[in-house]
Amino acid sequence: MTDFELDSRTPKGSLENRWTQYKFDLKIVSPANRKKYKVIIVGTGLAGAAAAASLGEMGYNVETFCFQDSPRRAHSIAAQGGINAAKNYQNDGDSVWRLFYDTIKGGDYRARESNVYRLAELSTSIIDQAVAQGVPFAREYSGYLANRSFGGAQVSRTFYARGQTGQQLLIGAYQAMSKQIAEGSINHHSRCEMQDLIMIDGKAKGIVSRDLVTGKLESHIADVVVLCTGGYGNVFYLSTNAKGCNASAAWRAHKQGALFANPSFTQIHPTCIPQHGELQSKLTLMSESLRNDGRIWAPKNKEDCEKAPEEIAEQDRDYFLERMYPAFGNLVPRDIASRAVKLICDDGRGVGHAIDGKKLGVYLDFANAIEVHGLDAIREKYGNLFDMYQHIAAEDPYTTPMRIYPAVHYTMGGLWVDYNLMTSIDGLFAGGEANFSDHGANRLGASALMQGLADGYFILPTTVSDYLAQQKPLDTSKHYPEAEQALQQCEDKIHKLMNAEDPQKTPDEFHRKLGQIIWNACGMAREKNMLEKSIKEIKALRDQFWQQVKITGGTDTLNQTLERAGRIADFFELAELMCIDALTREESCGCHAREEHITDDGEAQRHDEDFSYVAAWQYSGNLSVPVLYKEELDFEFVRPTTRNYR
Amino acid sequence: MIYKLHIWRQKNDQSAGQFELYEIDVSEDTSFLEMLDALNEQLIENDQEAIAFDFDCREGICGSCNLVINGTPHGKHRGTTTCQQYMRDYADEQELWIEPWRATAFPIIKDLIVDRTAFEKIIQAGGYIEIRTGSAIEANTIAIEKEVSDEAFDSATCIGCAACVAACPNASATLFVAAKVSHLSTLPQGQMDKKRAEKLLAEMDEQGFGGCSNYRECERVCPKEISVSTITTMNKLLYQSQ
Repeated sequence: MTDFELDSRTPKGSLENRWTQYKFDLKIVSPANRKKYKVIIVGTGLAGAAAAASLGEMGYNVETFCFQDSPRRAHSIAAQGGINAAKNYQNDGDSVWRLFYDTIKGGDYRARESNVYRLAELSTSIIDQAVAQGVPFAREYSGYLANRSFGGAQVSRTFYARGQTGQQLLIGAYQAMSKQIAEGSINHHSRCEMQDLIMIDGKAKGIVSRDLVTGKLESHIADVVVLCTGGYGNVFYLSTNAKGCNASAAWRAHKQGALFANPSFTQIHPTCIPQHGELQSKLTLMSESLRNDGRIWAPKNKEDCEKAPEEIAEQDRDYFLERMYPAFGNLVPRDIASRAVKLICDDGRGVGHAIDGKKLGVYLDFANAIEVHGLDAIREKYGNLFDMYQHIAAEDPYTTPMRIYPAVHYTMGGLWVDYNLMTSIDGLFAGGEANFSDHGANRLGASALMQGLADGYFILPTTVSDYLAQQKPLDTSKHYPEAEQALQQCEDKIHKLMNAEDPQKTPDEFHRKLGQIIWNACGMAREKNMLEKSIKEIKALRDQFWQQVKITGGTDTLNQTLERAGRIADFFELAELMCIDALTREESCGCHAREEHITDDGEAQRHDEDFSYVAAWQYSGNLSVPVLYKEELDFEFVRPTTRNYR
Repeated sequence: MIYKLHIWRQKNDQSAGQFELYEIDVSEDTSFLEMLDALNEQLIENDQEAIAFDFDCREGICGSCNLVINGTPHGKHRGTTTCQQYMRDYADEQELWIEPWRATAFPIIKDLIVDRTAFEKIIQAGGYIEIRTGSAIEANTIAIEKEVSDEAFDSATCIGCAACVAACPNASATLFVAAKVSHLSTLPQGQMDKKRAEKLLAEMDEQGFGGCSNYRECERVCPKEISVSTITTMNKLLYQSQ
């Protein structure tokens, strides 16, 4: 690995004109030449499917990959609450500038102004595009689009489709992609997982894939590779991510030289159904939209924690968010709400099942909302969420308050990308949750769908075209020794996994242990000694994993145990980098709460003079000694202040 | 709670499959798929191959999971997917029979996993509204009656799990097709393509699904409770287009 200059390619000039001017300056490929270029897109959730559909329409030769049995299953589908856009349909003072400002502030001033402004600017086109595709967003009786206030915003700018906004947007992108598949501009592979990047002369020029049904490894050569492979929340084992979500594509790209930015920035979502048992395989999110009408409380007195909620008198309830943050109340951003819930439970005032002797839950109560708005109105708004809660918790939230506790939900960190969304590897782009770009140290609600689609429909098609315009199309029929070598390395890795010296434990057993370590060290609170201790534990467990992991079944057939083991092997490496990043960032910001840097009233204490940068880590060949590159953040238009939601 | 499990094991599409008997002890708070996870952990520890089954989000929305439990696709708890079944729902039963979806159009890949590519082909045949990225008009240019929009939404909630096919004696995909047609063709944006229903139904035949003869089993097992009235809507559109 060689030293290089980290160039964010951020344009200069007035913020409002940056993207427009930049686009004009970009190069384009003439329509007749586009089919000569091959674009590989790995991951076909919102960002990947949108990019594939758009690049396919433009005439490029697109090849796509997903590990699920269909692009329609990507985890974007589970996003419930909505998508932000600065349409100002509600005439409540919203604007591109306000959405930009809210997002920068919400991210605790750890994101790039240029990128975030562009995101806010593109938000309105996403709504137009989705509606034209037939996405059935909620409407008012007038027939026009409805909005709600969401995720710590004081304006109503969130578009939604009941509690299934992600599903509807993904189906829109999936259908657009399906049309291109039918027309032959996209060649799609389901149940096919990327194993590694193929690097030719220092550029990303293809991938090695494994067909999950036959086990066959194959190399695919292309002019450019785009990763839209989602986040890495599953490093924690228990998270709200789908079981298949993994970091492998991004991590293997990292080991080929792509810098990984802010790996410790992981979002803990405040309203999830608490863990109830040891066999539990995942946590389920209850949409943040519930906080619009539900009131969060815990018993004032510890002795009331054993009681049924109905038996606790009104004056003995502590509506702690309303008490601590009178201005925003139950609608404070996610990091703030999560931390407050943890504070209450650490104080011994949690409710519900005890895990390791601690009750981890608080109430989310709709009694008041039902009284004011009526049962029907609440059912219309949240019916599917209430049903889901009832299935899982076996309690009726219409009559007894929900119990909630924070859970890992989203990762703001990811592959470092420049303004073009290109990683530090020439020809390798990253979109959606897989990159680090827009959310800083905390993502606001209803912004993930917005970012995934802005990247997919509007940014990547433009910047990937610019990149291709500067390349000669590669001869894909030619034989490349680099491809063969990459394929051999993948085969060796699988062989090593399958043949541990002393096979004893299942991959999941290791994963659960890793999850516990990283949750305690790099979850809602981080502290120096704990992080140092955990790094040692992670390394020891990682060594044990390679010695003792037990995988039954073969390599030339569908083998889910092997798939999982490969992903866990990467989580083990990423987990160490997360802890190193958290240890290095000697401040608190957004989701990153270092116990040494918390104010007396429990708020995050930023140290802008030393840490107003993006931490971009380079793999050095030694996992424990990564090289840190700092991309300093300039705030020309917004003055970083202390976030105050009181 | 201790269960006897009869689980369908099949190496691949070419080989014959059979039920194999397993036993497991789990708590009632365990989800159905977590129960299978636990069984798989045991199998691996005993040097046996894990049972292959599809799953992903485990919150009832991705449409991956697909088991027939004691004869019913997605199990006894109605209006939801396999992953949202909990062992407490099966407290009265000692024996469970677990099988894959069975339909000619869905060849078995392994054990409980089937190949649902045929559904992809149906969508590719016209299950979309043509709109090039960037060419959309301003979203509030067209008002759509709330009732129309809500009804389109009800159809759009289909998760493509294919329980409708698994439950149908004809292994028909008519409810899946009708849901897509009702979603897209009742909205003003989707009315340009008058042949959508025709194209999707032709592809359904092509893929080897049977036809509809009004058993209405599909509606009974649909995890999103999509109504057979979507089939009426589709048929109406079909006749109007001819």
